[in-house]
Amino acid sequence: MRMLINVPETVVADALRGMAAAHPDLIVDVENRVIVRRDAPVAGKVALVSGGGSGHEPLHGGFVGPGMLSAACPGEVFTSPVPDQMARAAAAVDSGAGVLFIVKNYTGDVLNFDMAAELAEDEGIQIAKVLVNDDVAVTDSLYTAGRRGTGATLFVEKIAGAAAEEGQPLERVQALARQVNESSRSFGVALSACTTPSKGSPTFDLPAGELELGVGIHGEPGRERRPMMTSGEIADFAVQAILDDITPRNPVVVLVNGMGATPLLELYGFNAEVQRVLAQRGVVVAHTLVGNYVTSLDMAGASVTLCEVDEERLRLWNAPVKTAGLRWGV
Amino acid sequence: MLDADFFRRWMTATAASVDREADRLTALDSPIGDADHGSNLRRGFTAVTAALEKESPPTPGAVLTLAGRQLISTVGGASGPLYGTLLRRTGKALGDAAEVDEQQFAEALRAGVDAVMQLGGAAPGDKTMIDALAPAVDRLADGFGAARSAAEQGAEATTPLQARKGRASYLGERSIGHQDPGATSAALLIAALAETEGK
Repeated sequence: MRMLINVPETVVADALRGMAAAHPDLIVDVENRVIVRRDAPVAGKVALVSGGGSGHEPLHGGFVGPGMLSAACPGEVFTSPVPDQMARAAAAVDSGAGVLFIVKNYTGDVLNFDMAAELAEDEGIQIAKVLVNDDVAVTDSLYTAGRRGTGATLFVEKIAGAAAEEGQPLERVQALARQVNESSRSFGVALSACTTPSKGSPTFDLPAGELELGVGIHGEPGRERRPMMTSGEIADFAVQAILDDITPRNPVVVLVNGMGATPLLELYGFNAEVQRVLAQRGVVVAHTLVGNYVTSLDMAGASVTLCEVDEERLRLWNAPVKTAGLRWGV
Repeated sequence: MLDADFFRRWMTATAASVDREADRLTALDSPIGDADHGSNLRRGFTAVTAALEKESPPTPGAVLTLAGRQLISTVGGASGPLYGTLLRRTGKALGDAAEVDEQQFAEALRAGVDAVMQLGGAAPGDKTMIDALAPAVDRLADGFGAARSAAEQGAEATTPLQARKGRASYLGERSIGHQDPGATSAALLIAALAETEGK
């Protein structure tokens, strides 16, 4: 497997140095692995801190900036960051109005953010948390670690980020973030496995002519494997899996997300099929985003996230945002 | 009696063993995880060895508490907090005695394992590191060699189990037939104890 890297041990640090060079609006602490918006702490504003394993770019570092995250903490590839990173980030961005930790539901992320919250609270920083768990592919939460956090993370970070930017208090920003998570569902498919730099070969075998339905974002296999399907058939399956779980009564914002190695040409074609299924099912679409936002290294495939919005959440979704990965209205 | 030097050597032996076995741990982590267990633990135990050398903590409790703190600060993932908590809580339970006997150590390690079960919510049979640690603690009274055999058997016995915690749990029945990488690395930790004793 050829990769555009120096050595596997330095991929995260190398990427952070490159990010620093490309985005002067960010303060990138390469040594301590914290990405902070340059104007933080913003007086009176609730701060948002997220983080997770690297390999999902632009999530989370690409979403740091006005209207979204205050700081992000990248871990090793597919490995949650350590508590020291989030504690350091919280201290850097807290204006006194408190900090919301946005945590994807994986065992490691939950444990490390919990430990970070204790460290930050010891320093007198008020911490609130929201857990993102939107992946409907995990059906049995009694005998698993529970539903995974995937595409809904972008909606939580964007909508809660806009609310914080407006000056809403911590309790309200947290409640809104939870509402966004509860109103969002995702389903992903993989057309190929991904390759982590440390392993150098695909994380699972996906024979030619097959696809993996219900895949996660760490190269972990999904819930079933089938012979290759068309874009239209995949859209039918993915949207059905989501609508089996949630019945939107309000309009939805749609995210058609690439896993990293699927061209935009295919993603747009897939989006056309997703929109067809939604129209057939009577789901009203308020807004659609197509692109690579929550990726899984070089995995081919896509995920669909539906986020049901009321007027306030739609207004906050449309509010200005200025980050490396998401930018409008500015 | 076991002194600070014994615990320092235990950690060094674990670091060497994790380094030797890193590729195997990563390979085990591939089909049911995300292929990084070996490299993550290697990074952690390298940091542990460096910190112990630099700070030379004076008591058994201080050695393990420092080692645990290093793991929490360097490993990440679930393994960092879980292994870190195991060593930190064991260290705290040992207090500040200059030397501890095997009985005191066994009790302290049990407190550490209990803390891991509480933090991660795993019970024996969930296909996790607990499946190696719990039987090892139960046999510790019979000596480190017995604990080592119990841990290794416990790790091997995870193969037919279906994972109910951690990332492997998402696979459901497809996690069956693979030895758990966390139980395997936990067995390395206990095996290092037996190797340390022999020196």
